Amino acid sequence: MEAGSRPLTIAPRRSLLARLGLSELDGVMLAAAAGLVAFGVFALATVGRHEFPDQPLYFAARQGLYGAAGIAAMLLLARFDYRRLRDIRVMVYAAMIAAIAVVLVGGAAVRGSQRWIELPLLRIQPSEFAKLLLVVSLGALAFERVRRPHGLRRTLALLALGLGPAALVLLQPDLGTAVVLAVVAVTVLYVAGIPWQHFAAIGLAGLALTGGALALGPAVGLDPLRGYQEDRLTAFLHPSDDPADASYQVSQALIAAGSGEVTGRGGAATQSELLFLPERHTDFAFAAIGERFGFLGAGFVLFLYAVLFWRALRVMRSAGSHYGTIVAGGILAMLGFQAILNMGMNLGLTPVTGIPLPLVSYGGSSVLATLLALGVLQSIHAQSRL
Amino acid sequence: MYLQQRPEDIPPRLSSRVPIRIAVLGAVLAAALAMILFRLWSLQVLSGDHYRALARDNGIREIRVQAPRGEILDRNGRVLVSNRTMLALELVPSELPDDRATRRRELALLERVARIPHPVLRRKLREAPRYTGYPVVLRQGITRGMLFYLLENQARFPGVRVQRRYVRRYPRGSAAAHVLGIVGQVSPAQLERPGFAGLAPGDVIGQSALEYSYDRHLRGVPGDRRFRVDALGRPRQQLRSRAAEPGDTLRLTLDSALQATGEEALRSRGLPGAFVAMDPRTGAVLAIGSYPAYDPSFYTRPHTRADYRALEQREGDPLVNRAAQGGYPTGSSFKPITATAALEEGLIEPGTIFNDTGSLDIGGIVVHNAGGAANGPVDMSDALMVSSDVYFYDLGLRARARGRHGQIQDWARRFGLGERPGIDVPGASPGLIPTPAWRNRVYRKGSNPYIDRPWTQGDNVNLAIGQGDVMVTPLQLARAYAAIANGGDLVMPHLADRVIDARGKVVERIRPAPRRHLPISRQTRSTVLDGMRRAAMEPGGTSYSVFGGFPVQVAGKTGTAERGEGVPDQSWYGAIAPFENPRIVVVATVERGGFGAESAAPIAAQILEEYFALEETGGTGNEAEGGEPE
Repeated sequence: MEAGSRPLTIAPRRSLLARLGLSELDGVMLAAAAGLVAFGVFALATVGRHEFPDQPLYFAARQGLYGAAGIAAMLLLARFDYRRLRDIRVMVYAAMIAAIAVVLVGGAAVRGSQRWIELPLLRIQPSEFAKLLLVVSLGALAFERVRRPHGLRRTLALLALGLGPAALVLLQPDLGTAVVLAVVAVTVLYVAGIPWQHFAAIGLAGLALTGGALALGPAVGLDPLRGYQEDRLTAFLHPSDDPADASYQVSQALIAAGSGEVTGRGGAATQSELLFLPERHTDFAFAAIGERFGFLGAGFVLFLYAVLFWRALRVMRSAGSHYGTIVAGGILAMLGFQAILNMGMNLGLTPVTGIPLPLVSYGGSSVLATLLALGVLQSIHAQSRL
Repeated sequence: MYLQQRPEDIPPRLSSRVPIRIAVLGAVLAAALAMILFRLWSLQVLSGDHYRALARDNGIREIRVQAPRGEILDRNGRVLVSNRTMLALELVPSELPDDRATRRRELALLERVARIPHPVLRRKLREAPRYTGYPVVLRQGITRGMLFYLLENQARFPGVRVQRRYVRRYPRGSAAAHVLGIVGQVSPAQLERPGFAGLAPGDVIGQSALEYSYDRHLRGVPGDRRFRVDALGRPRQQLRSRAAEPGDTLRLTLDSALQATGEEALRSRGLPGAFVAMDPRTGAVLAIGSYPAYDPSFYTRPHTRADYRALEQREGDPLVNRAAQGGYPTGSSFKPITATAALEEGLIEPGTIFNDTGSLDIGGIVVHNAGGAANGPVDMSDALMVSSDVYFYDLGLRARARGRHGQIQDWARRFGLGERPGIDVPGASPGLIPTPAWRNRVYRKGSNPYIDRPWTQGDNVNLAIGQGDVMVTPLQLARAYAAIANGGDLVMPHLADRVIDARGKVVERIRPAPRRHLPISRQTRSTVLDGMRRAAMEPGGTSYSVFGGFPVQVAGKTGTAERGEGVPDQSWYGAIAPFENPRIVVVATVERGGFGAESAAPIAAQILEEYFALEETGGTGNEAEGGEPE
């Protein structure tokens, strides 16, 4: 051996992921999310071809673009320490309220309700992002207060902060998103550790208030629900064949999903091919998948969601801080509630509310917001392992 | 693990609470996912075939395809009625939106698109039958622009549809309109009758005359086209369809050339009237017409009730088929029947000489020959030749009549008078042969002393020369003359010859057997027929002025029926030719036409002339089996 020879030191080889700072990612969660986006794009390529006959891949191409951009944004966000969001919680909360208010003031109306902001080149649906912003800011606000002993008054204040955005969205009017925001807010407070007695008391009061409003409102000439909202909320209870009826959508969705049987109808999927199934590419994408790919296809989507939920629960448990647990819980509630409400609606179990199936339904704002939320989840995961 | 980790920022009393809450959250999600999975299993695996069937039936539309109706041809295959197609804009009122405002908006748009005046649409809707599924034809013959607009905007026009419809075409205008008949939408009342099974609202069927009688053959079988349509009602896929079966062709015994001649001859008189030309051996009607006539294509064009009423009430009742529905006294054209009755009943012998002094006392009332002529001594043949009224008055005076019967009446009935002629178009009149029982029943009570009297032998005297209450249609008289011509067979007149299906196969031949055989002796027949021949062919005969020199021996009898005070007489003529071997019977009548020889006989002569001319050129080869429809 040569004297001058230095001993070989084995430098740790850094993988590509590590060099990108992504080695701490939850790969399973990433795979499940990417799988959902990919399957959604694939379904859109086959289902959404009749809207613009000269551009059969209009929806699929756009959704693919949104998905790619969203995953990139998610990976970026994963490297960012979510805990810094705590420091700007008031700003985040204000931004969220502003976004909703902007829509209320100058948004574009789609089918009678204002949900969009028109920008040059793109339309943004701020309420999709508002869900994530609410989780982040309300989680921080709750975390600050829960650290100290607190009473019912503090709980009520938190609740007002949590349900305020929901009330604003209800004015758009967008009942579905309002319900999602409310569920997300309540879940955040629940995970934050608000005593269950408070929940029980508030729950009872809220129940009495809602019941009273629904029962007494019409009597004094104020209808708390718009006609179509009421129709949709009750239609799933009595499906019929009347196309003018809200339940027509449910009937067609049931026929679509049911007719898929085990392996799906492929190209012979008449319910979506002949446009009997409304909103095939957005709200009723799950039924369209059920028709085209059968129990196997729909079950696969269900499986990917189960994986996603499992990984989110795992992040909640292993989070390095209580704030992380709260935010992960809020994100899980946002994803889970929307997914379950949408799939239930497609299968005639829950009311028709116009809530998209996260990551699968066509819609840039929804896909982007969901992937950003998953980015926050990845960040919590990564921080817990450092 | 979380518990061991105990992060610094979690207050101690929360640390035990949070894991439980995470577990609860997880359990809730798991339960919800399980429910969705169970629901998916139940929908797709357990009852998937049910939903598959629902999906298959979703959006299947059936469109009824009207069958082209069979054509009607004359005996030589010339087209009398065929079809043309057109696009009709139809509205099914029962499929209009229930909401009044929506409905009004749709109709207003429809008025603009299809250029239908508002009052017209309103009236059509008002007049439409209130039955589910009943279409109203709003407009026939729409433009391509309208068609495409309506097809592209189907969702905005519920209840509106465009259909290809077959419409009858009449290449010969009003020729034989009365016997061809018209077609029309099946009525709600008809749909409930068993004979109309298999029809749907909006189907077109024969509503009168031959179109009605042979509707079963002409109608065809409607087909249906089944489409799978998308949610917007746009056809996307054609499914198994059933083609419409065209109706069978109806070939008639009518000869359109002879028909045209007869109609023109009648029309040139300018007076209401009718004619019938028939083969006395078979009852095949060669020509039949009534004036005034109408144009049947009126019914194929849009028309209002007011238009229809105007047509119905037009001067001369053009819708009435006088040949089969017009019952009149026949005047002397009745005499061959009286003569047959008298000879067969033994009231008189063919050679018995009767002295015609020009008048006859019938129980206090003196009756005269028409024109006051005195014919001197005449036998039966002479009496027919010169149409001696007095001779026949005497027979009428001596013929017995009691109750429902009488020697002349019974023979008249054997000749098919007073009963429906059995022709294959509906609505033919039975006419009337007066009997004592009939007269006493109808006229017993009343105030007018002129007609309010019981039966007297004077009625019989009147009947003997075809005056008074007797009512005979031209078709009936032609049938009676045919029985004389063929030696006693009372044939069944018929217009249809055969039914031919789309492949050219004869489905049915119409060859009705004679109703009955009349026991007319050879001597009686030759006496009566010879008297009629002499009336036409010999100088002094009542129609010699018309038929003298006619190339074919014709037996004919004039008739001049009184139509009441101050109204010109009705002119009649009945002819049998050729005398030796009769192949055609012609009867013509002209209301207010005067003497028989004056207007009816020339019409008969023109028809006979055309008939024999056609026969010469082979145009009306009687049993020409060849020449299937082209």
